[in-house]
Amino acid sequence: MNLTLEIWRQPNAKAEGKFETYVVKDVSTESSFLEMLDILNNQLIHEGKEPVAFDHDCREGICGACSLRINGHAHGPESEVTTCQLHMRNFKDGDKIVIEPWRSRAFPVIKDLVVDRTAYETILQAGGFVSVNTGGVPDANAIPIAKDDAEESMDAAACIGCGACAATCKNGSAMLFVAARVSSLAKLPQGQVEGARRAKAMVAKMDELGFGNCTNTGACQAECPKGITINHIARLNREYLKAKFRS
Amino acid sequence: MSGSIFTSSIGKKMFMSISGCILVLFLTFHMCMNLALVFSDAAYNAICGFLGANWYAVAATAVLALVIVLHIALAIVLTLQNRKARGSIRYRANAHENGVEWSSKNMLVLGFVVLLGLIFHLVHFWYKMMFTELMGAHEVAIGAAMVAPTDGAAIVRYYFAQWPYLLLYLVWFAGIWFHLTHGVWSMMHSLGLNSKVWFKRMKCISTIVATIIIGGFALCAIVLFLQGNGILPNPLF
Repeated sequence: MNLTLEIWRQPNAKAEGKFETYVVKDVSTESSFLEMLDILNNQLIHEGKEPVAFDHDCREGICGACSLRINGHAHGPESEVTTCQLHMRNFKDGDKIVIEPWRSRAFPVIKDLVVDRTAYETILQAGGFVSVNTGGVPDANAIPIAKDDAEESMDAAACIGCGACAATCKNGSAMLFVAARVSSLAKLPQGQVEGARRAKAMVAKMDELGFGNCTNTGACQAECPKGITINHIARLNREYLKAKFRS
Repeated sequence: MSGSIFTSSIGKKMFMSISGCILVLFLTFHMCMNLALVFSDAAYNAICGFLGANWYAVAATAVLALVIVLHIALAIVLTLQNRKARGSIRYRANAHENGVEWSSKNMLVLGFVVLLGLIFHLVHFWYKMMFTELMGAHEVAIGAAMVAPTDGAAIVRYYFAQWPYLLLYLVWFAGIWFHLTHGVWSMMHSLGLNSKVWFKRMKCISTIVATIIIGGFALCAIVLFLQGNGILPNPLF
């Protein structure tokens, strides 16, 4: 298949960017979206031009490194799929594809399609963990956990921190990401111990880093490649308000 | 280090939802009060009597005004912060995200429609029915006639007999309906009162609440118009 790509090009964080149009020919429908970009980059290198910079790592849909807003959708048109797992069979021969970096004040563009997502790491460092003493691994069955709770916790833990939620949100809010982290730990006895401190610290850090306020549009859950739902945001709100009123 | 609840994102949502909740309760009361007019002018005027120049009516009006100001001020602050958080460069390509309600993305615009309607509404009803009475006047001009401000039924009937008023009000009601379909479930969600099981139920309840409230208001307006133009008898029964 032959495609026309409109790609955001920006040489560095300070420079002004603009869209460039490229044509890629004979792309297999079996190739992944990132492989298609690899083909484009090979072509650009042969022509002596600067290849397009984009983030990627595992290419298995589990690391959260890939991003890209493709034709108005984070991670492309297919639901619950990361860009690296998106295949060209989802497009038609002759399609025009607009490829943009995540847009959010907290995710500045570093180069072309690569954005700086350190803000998510900073939020995690504020409380998205369970403090433990080092030592042997405890027995998995030592603490009984109801199956429903374990499942809901795992649903939230599926978050790969890719940034699609904040990039999609019309408010540039990171609420779904923070909710996924707070919710997955709030459902487990190991996480509940530090629950109040975690909710307060992570929300404060999120606000401090310049993310917007959630207005419950639900656009984040529609675009999340891991199917995290905004029900977790309701739990985050509950956890946060409880923690605030008790302190 | 963890910041104040008044400035935090979730704190602001909480105040937005509590103020919204008070306004929904007020609308419910107002709609019930209007329904009385469909059945009896005397009943409606009796309720208006309670809400005239009494200290509790004035106190409740002041609280209501404060809540409205808080709701609007928060909406403006949140929107400004959110626009800033979105960054200066907009996406070139935009697509509809699955399951996202139109109203949820346009709450501020809908809010302005509601506010414009509210100003219009206050000028020709509240001003004539409550403010005039508070100022101690015993008569108010309604068209060519002079009516007592305590005769709420006559004032309301005069306006709703005219189709431009009916039309404006129906447009206003539609704006409030859209605002409420998102607002009611969103208010529960922001307070953390939602879950996997309740999510769809909350959205359904939200639509039902909005439809009952707005349906009640619209019913009154339409019945009054029809009665005012001799299509329906007055009294109805």
